[in-house]
Amino acid sequence: MNTPKPATELDVAFTVNGERVERRVPVRQNLADFLRDTLGLTGTHVGCEHGVCGACTLRCNGVIVRACLMLAVQADGADIVTIEGAATGNYDGAIVADLQREFHQRNALQCGFCTPAMLLTAAELVAARPQASREEIRAHLSGNYCRCTGYQSIVDAVESVCRSRSGT
Amino acid sequence: MSAPDRSGNTTIGAALPRTNALRLLSGRGQYVDDLNPPRCLHAAVLRSPYAHARIASLDVAAAAIAPGVVRVLTGRDVAAMCDPYVGVLKHVPGMQSAAQLPLAVDRACWQGEPVALVAATTRAEAEDALALIEIEWEELPVVTDAETALHPDTPVIHPELGGNLCFERVVTEGDVAAAFAQAAHVVEAEFITSRHTAATLEPRTILADFNAADGQLTVWHSTQVPYMMQWIIARHFRLAETQVRVIAPDVGGGFGMKIHIYGDEMAAVAASLLLGRPVKFVADRLESFVGDFHARGHRVRARMALSKDGDILGVEADDLYGIGPYSGYPRGSANEGLQVSNLVCAAYRRGAYRAVSRAVFQNKAMYGQYRAVGHPVACLVSEGLMDLAAAKLGIDPAEFRRRHYLSPESYPLKLAGGPVLEKLSQHEALETLLQMMDYAGLRTEQKKLRTQGIHRGIGLASFVENSNPSAATYGQGGVSIASQDSCTLKLTATGGVVAASSITECGQGGYAVIQQVVAAVCGVPFAQVKVVIGDTETTPVGGGVWGSRGTGICGEAALQAGKALKANILAFVARLQESEASLYDIRDGQVIRAQSGEEVMTLEAVARTAYFRTDQVPKDFQPELTVTRSYAQKTYNGAYTNGIQASYVEVDTETGFIKLLGHWVVDDCGTVINPLLVDEQIRGACVQGIGAALFEQCVYSPEGQLMNGSLMDYLVPMAGEMPDIEVGHTCTPTATSELGAKGAGEAGTAGASAAVLNATNDALGPFGGVVSEIPVTPERILRALGRLS
Repeated sequence: MNTPKPATELDVAFTVNGERVERRVPVRQNLADFLRDTLGLTGTHVGCEHGVCGACTLRCNGVIVRACLMLAVQADGADIVTIEGAATGNYDGAIVADLQREFHQRNALQCGFCTPAMLLTAAELVAARPQASREEIRAHLSGNYCRCTGYQSIVDAVESVCRSRSGT
Repeated sequence: MSAPDRSGNTTIGAALPRTNALRLLSGRGQYVDDLNPPRCLHAAVLRSPYAHARIASLDVAAAAIAPGVVRVLTGRDVAAMCDPYVGVLKHVPGMQSAAQLPLAVDRACWQGEPVALVAATTRAEAEDALALIEIEWEELPVVTDAETALHPDTPVIHPELGGNLCFERVVTEGDVAAAFAQAAHVVEAEFITSRHTAATLEPRTILADFNAADGQLTVWHSTQVPYMMQWIIARHFRLAETQVRVIAPDVGGGFGMKIHIYGDEMAAVAASLLLGRPVKFVADRLESFVGDFHARGHRVRARMALSKDGDILGVEADDLYGIGPYSGYPRGSANEGLQVSNLVCAAYRRGAYRAVSRAVFQNKAMYGQYRAVGHPVACLVSEGLMDLAAAKLGIDPAEFRRRHYLSPESYPLKLAGGPVLEKLSQHEALETLLQMMDYAGLRTEQKKLRTQGIHRGIGLASFVENSNPSAATYGQGGVSIASQDSCTLKLTATGGVVAASSITECGQGGYAVIQQVVAAVCGVPFAQVKVVIGDTETTPVGGGVWGSRGTGICGEAALQAGKALKANILAFVARLQESEASLYDIRDGQVIRAQSGEEVMTLEAVARTAYFRTDQVPKDFQPELTVTRSYAQKTYNGAYTNGIQASYVEVDTETGFIKLLGHWVVDDCGTVINPLLVDEQIRGACVQGIGAALFEQCVYSPEGQLMNGSLMDYLVPMAGEMPDIEVGHTCTPTATSELGAKGAGEAGTAGASAAVLNATNDALGPFGGVVSEIPVTPERILRALGRLS
């Protein structure tokens, strides 16, 4: 019997930080590895590869996803934004820029390994619910593991941007 | 010593944002795994699935010819080029361990021990090839219970050692037997702290690149200690240190876990040496759980003798802990036990004292130093006893502590066991804390809510903590780890200063500390001080960061270098002006007249004259605008700090769940360089201690299998569970340096677990249940309440 051999590589085309990307990728490669190893976008970090730590969080078609739980081939046709794109200044009406400033001023990062993902996770909340309470901010960030800070300065920074954005 | 000359500059003590945080915020940090040099190979490591097993046969032939594979290394391959290591401290009497190699040769002694390494063109191909390695195992009996490890019928892991004991230490002072014989009251408990792990978000990572043409090995390493690694790699691979350069770029968390030698990393270095090309190894998360050093798995039986009036007559503690199958290298696995036996009730007039600490070998993951080494265990025991005693005597826990703190006249105080407490601020810390948290108000609230069936508890935990360690920690034990640090400053041609420091950085703020100290002391604008760290080729020799030493030791070296550079600049200007150096000062990058503030020369003009217009420099004068100064703690074994924490919790007596309502810390780290950094360091450290108190535990089966080795199963604290943590300070600068800074990085971890445990027990008080084991899981609470049997 002639069983067709499963494809080990596929062609994909998608947008990363506004740039068109066309590549042949191994079907088993996850999106985080593709972005890091093939495109050199090393701001997306890999902390657990099982979807718990949140360090690989990025934006796919407007929502945050775990890049370690998504295959690169699944990104075909998608609009991907990583920290490198979000950090360019005016992304999302400068929400990320505001967050970066507050994180810096309040030392809401130490080793920085969780930081790019933490910013993108926080930006989603600021955009959707700038009136979020402190408890809601803590809950929203609870998929992003930070081992260095006590989370408090991160919560302070996000709260500050929320307050300035919601006018409260 | 006199107060540091800060010349009206204010960057010491200023809450300045960190310069080197900006690139991290933009995703432009550079961690080791972000580097991919040309021809880089990727390593994957085969690990033992058994806790103890003999390798009956090993066949790597199929793996060696798998797609993408360049080389497979076995234990024998690496043994041929790497000298074995033994992790003992020579100044710990009787300490022993067995020789260890990077990859297991004949047998594996813990689940996860590295056995073989595959280097391939991609990590995926390397992992594919691992599956083709044929290995036959013969299981051996395991030692997994510390309590029975020393029994005569328990198998001995290393027969040549004659038993499973790594070391035993006894510390005594006074007549403990008499103290207990006279006691009107005795309180006692068995305290258990669970083995847990650092769980840095960035896993261990190494990239070694050996250039056979010039014999130079460059190693990019996620490490806290580049110089230690340089020495180790050179020594064990038989290279000259001048052949080895270790670079620690951005490091994604260390917490003491990245100061040890790991077989998989050493094997990656071996692969690069053999292949003459870059080889990278990144531990994945599952490998991290079984590969990283664990810590804190102690059982301490302790008791306290009290007089009728509530004086402490004596304290006794018996500490037992199970390490891995080998003592860690190169630092040994003794330090937890040394600190526990030193520090039980060390914050108090503890009367007669006897503490025994024993470490035993087990077939579990390697074990050793992790943030606040031993202190959280000593604190849990001490503060647990203090609360039991206060309850027995019917005295408020805060008042009971107040009565028993060391008296302010007793300093410097040498503790039995060796440590010297230079000067503590316990009474002031306690009063500050009680005020911050409104202790009286919370007690009233607690009482009122009891009547409504709401059970809240308040827990206090005083701690003393070593920092700025001297050579007593490692050097005296024959371990080649620097206890001195240095800073080299150079004035740039445009009047800035470049500081090369032996401090390293995992986010604590090492860069910022050096920048702020140098700016303050030299009178150079903060933004014009650039700091170079983490590279054995471009920084002076030093110990790196661990043991709360970075700010206190490296910061002092920077201060002394700053003073020297400033003196050299002023001597030069004075000579040019044909005047006296003492008449000048430097402020905001300008040399000024000290009296009038009148500007004399910019630092740029000074540098230009020295470097480009040597014709204007007097023939008999050579300005020295590059200086190096060093510092080591030599007065005591370390600069002991102190502090106190409080936790306020609510316990649901139906479910056993704990809600953290508040947490307060008062810490004394002497001179604070940057309060923004110190406070969040303390909070982060507290959260690690809270994690230990409530969640974290490496659960092993009796067969030595780690049962919860993933982030799905091993719980770490997330934002949602943590309370806001209020931080206050007392300030007792150490007189052993001019800067006066003591450690701050471990204080939070030292006391947090004890505060949470005491708060929980305070909540449980009316029910008569006591929990003395962490993590305090709902199950343990329900058992204490008698709701589960």
